[in-house]
Amino acid sequence: MKHHPSTSRRRIGGAIALAAAMALVATSCGDDTKTATDSTPSTVKVADTSGAGEGALSIVVWAGYAENGSTSKEVDWVTPFESESKCKVDAKVAGTSDEMVELIKSGAYDGVSASGNASLRLIASGDVAPVNTKLLDNYNDVAPFLKMQNYNSKDGQAYGQPHGWGANLLQYNADVVTTPPDSWGAVYAADSPNKGKITAYDDWTTIADAAIYLKATKADLKIGDPYSLDQTQFDAAVQLLKDQKPLIGEYWSDYLKYEEAVTKGSIVLGTTWQTIANTLTAAAPPVNVKTVLPKEGSTAWSDTWMLSSKAKHPNCVYKWMNWVSSPAIQAQIAQYYGQAPANLKACTIAAAGFCDQYHAADEAFAKQLYYWTVPTEKCLDGSDRVCVGFKKWAEAWTEVKG
Amino acid sequence: MESPSAPPAAPETELRSSGSFFRRHPAAVRTLQLSGPVLWLVLAYIGSLVVLLSRSLFQKDELSERLIREPTLDNITTVLTGSVYRDAALRTLGIALAVTIIDLLIAVPMSVFMAKVASPRLRRILVVAVLTPLWASYVVKAYAWRALLDPVGGVVKNVTGSSPGYGVTATILTLAYLWLPYMILPVYAGLDRLPNSLLEASSDLGAKTNRTFRSIIIPMLIPSLLAGSIFTFSLTLGDYIAIKFVGGTSQTMGSIIAQYFVGGNDLLAAAYALVPVAIMGIYLVLVGRSGALENL
Repeated sequence: MKHHPSTSRRRIGGAIALAAAMALVATSCGDDTKTATDSTPSTVKVADTSGAGEGALSIVVWAGYAENGSTSKEVDWVTPFESESKCKVDAKVAGTSDEMVELIKSGAYDGVSASGNASLRLIASGDVAPVNTKLLDNYNDVAPFLKMQNYNSKDGQAYGQPHGWGANLLQYNADVVTTPPDSWGAVYAADSPNKGKITAYDDWTTIADAAIYLKATKADLKIGDPYSLDQTQFDAAVQLLKDQKPLIGEYWSDYLKYEEAVTKGSIVLGTTWQTIANTLTAAAPPVNVKTVLPKEGSTAWSDTWMLSSKAKHPNCVYKWMNWVSSPAIQAQIAQYYGQAPANLKACTIAAAGFCDQYHAADEAFAKQLYYWTVPTEKCLDGSDRVCVGFKKWAEAWTEVKG
Repeated sequence: MESPSAPPAAPETELRSSGSFFRRHPAAVRTLQLSGPVLWLVLAYIGSLVVLLSRSLFQKDELSERLIREPTLDNITTVLTGSVYRDAALRTLGIALAVTIIDLLIAVPMSVFMAKVASPRLRRILVVAVLTPLWASYVVKAYAWRALLDPVGGVVKNVTGSSPGYGVTATILTLAYLWLPYMILPVYAGLDRLPNSLLEASSDLGAKTNRTFRSIIIPMLIPSLLAGSIFTFSLTLGDYIAIKFVGGTSQTMGSIIAQYFVGGNDLLAAAYALVPVAIMGIYLVLVGRSGALENL
């Protein structure tokens, strides 16, 4: 072994090792996998006609929106669609709206079942294309209060096919939580017997959940719309969540991991989607979970199937929109998922009383829910206060988790 | 390391002119030989770091997410002054240190046994046993630890009667398991190179096992230990997946960066990503100063 490396070589060797290790850290943080796209929104023409299917369709969906029989043999509306349209479906389940935006921005997907907090961003950034409602067979049958809303249209141009809507609920394991809660207070009580076994949705929209509770309990904050919060109101909501953190076992965004935690018993109380509760009660052995819409009200979703502006299979997207919005499939999805169908004709097919239970045609009820949206500094409620914008919401959510 | 050898003499019969050109210009040969890897290093590795740094200097329009082409230090100020970012950085550093120490404590005796005690046959089996887990998916292993550490019905809870639950401790245990092979392999390689005659000489001179370990093995192993620690330390600093499985409500630098990248806040994420890069840079400079990198 020779032991007289020149200083310059040593320096080069050191620099190379340094750079390589730095890159190792950088890549393991996932930076390089994302291609930086700062392209200005492309103006995409509205399709005039839809042609033959392209043979494939890749979509980003909420869990339970594109069932192909793999969850349960009887729950399958993807396979019949594939054989009828010849569009082979590749569905990617996303856990949060942020994930949906990220996936659509990658350009690898044709369509998405976007909620308001994703759709507004997608429309603004030009990542989704306007749709021609003449090509949507069931558009006329959609409940009127779901059409041409601020989350699925822009300047009088529709951006998708409404899918369905419902509230985010409070779920509890009835074997452990023996007094049924009727208020969000159950997840904020510092002396909760379920301390360490409470969960909350791992997303900045949870700040709106806290604002809804404060709206009902702290009148002096004068909270109106939970997405139009000025700095004082916003800080109060964030503080409530910071105080709640010691009670939390885990925040959830991956619904499979959430279901596992509830099944094993490490989580007994917290926010949920009806479909998660349905899966748990249908499991073998069943988990005795129940859901409730707390008296303060709740955040909610109203989802729209949207067409990516970079779609490689746009015709298959239109075929899919027409398929999932047809009365029979809408009834099937709504009853499996536990949400109000967008297509009111589904109510004649669904079990008797189903649509009444979910207030499918009840505009007054729908207006009471607080649909996920994107808060902006210009207050969404139209008041002339200064509100906190969504980027600050996202940063505050990181602070809540500490 | 040997210095790059002179190019082999080209056959006299063919390519006489170009052959003699390269013989007369050894620097040109070296340039050609190195240009590929260097280009890769500069473009892919250093280039991505430059992109990272430059993106952290901008802001985006909130809704349309278009880049505002006006450099600002806002992102960097945010990550340097926000207490949540400082806390997460310190927490991540603590986890990285703990993981490195645990792996050192396990890897050294394990490697000594593998290299100096075990029979050649057993040694082969042990090397395979250390390497095999690297073939299994990271996520599967993280999920397995999630099941092991489950605070209610996990294996650890059932066997020992208590479980650390999900949190920082669970993350340290999981990462220490995941990165252990990266510590064992360089240490084992270092010990394998250590001549047995040195150990025999030490014992001939009257040193007991402990003394030999302290005065012969450890000093000669330091480069290997540092090499292993670079792996465990840097991998932990950048990790953002294990924390999601077993971290409970805790966050690390990696998980915050990942959440921001997904959440359309990638410019702030870029600014924060500079922190682990800086920490690792300082660490490597310190390791470089110790001279350990030259003996690898």
